Amino acid sequence: MKWILVFTVICATTVGDVCRSLGMRQHGEMHEFSPGAIGQAFAAVARNWLVIVSTCAMAVSFFSFMKLVAIAPMSFAVPMSAATFVPETLLARFLLKEKVDWRRWMGVGLILVGVYFISQ
Amino acid sequence: MPVTNDQSGLHYKTRLFTVLTILTNVAGNSALTKGMQQIGDPGSTPAALIGALFHPWVALGVALLIVWTLTHMALLSWADLSYVLPVTAFAYVLTELSGKFLLGEFISTQRWFGVLLITAGVFLVGRTPPSSVDAGTTPS
Repeated sequence: MKWILVFTVICATTVGDVCRSLGMRQHGEMHEFSPGAIGQAFAAVARNWLVIVSTCAMAVSFFSFMKLVAIAPMSFAVPMSAATFVPETLLARFLLKEKVDWRRWMGVGLILVGVYFISQ
Repeated sequence: MPVTNDQSGLHYKTRLFTVLTILTNVAGNSALTKGMQQIGDPGSTPAALIGALFHPWVALGVALLIVWTLTHMALLSWADLSYVLPVTAFAYVLTELSGKFLLGEFISTQRWFGVLLITAGVFLVGRTPPSSVDAGTTPS
């Protein structure tokens, strides 16, 4: 059961973050941060299907993680959920066409090892 | 409150939203955890779960996580996912430090080493330009 939940958390978080990034990139850079402008911007993105998929995926991720920490120790759940960094960085490079240089890969590697240590 | 679109404006805006994203994430999760610990097991019926939302700490946690979602979305409107994901991992460090300094929890040498590694990783990624693709475009 716990491995099914780990797999669900990783897949749902990855889908959620990648779709959110794609949806927000379609919307374009936010420049105005007055309450009215923020309201207009989020009313616009709320109709974007990528953002809708992202929000649903994040909800699945959230509840799966809650269930995971209920049946497994945090020292297992936290590093396992941080494993999303790997597929997300790969998708950022190959699907989102971002320039992922050695510093970003090295940073992700350091963070993954760091998360493992703080979870022990 | 328009924010300028030049490089320094972009860096300022990115740093501001990164800090907001990290703070709301840590504060939201902490408030939610505190509330759920006070409630105990609310049961799994929809009425029980909705009832839990009216607990002050749970309500505060949910409100902060909504702000986290909005700041995270705003950040991703101009910054790369491969930048946002590692730099916001500083939330792990802040969670450890708040446990140590607010709750007086013990942090072992091994966990301090983890804090050091995550900080180094965040610093390294933070040195890269936040955006490598143009906002408003979709990858081909």
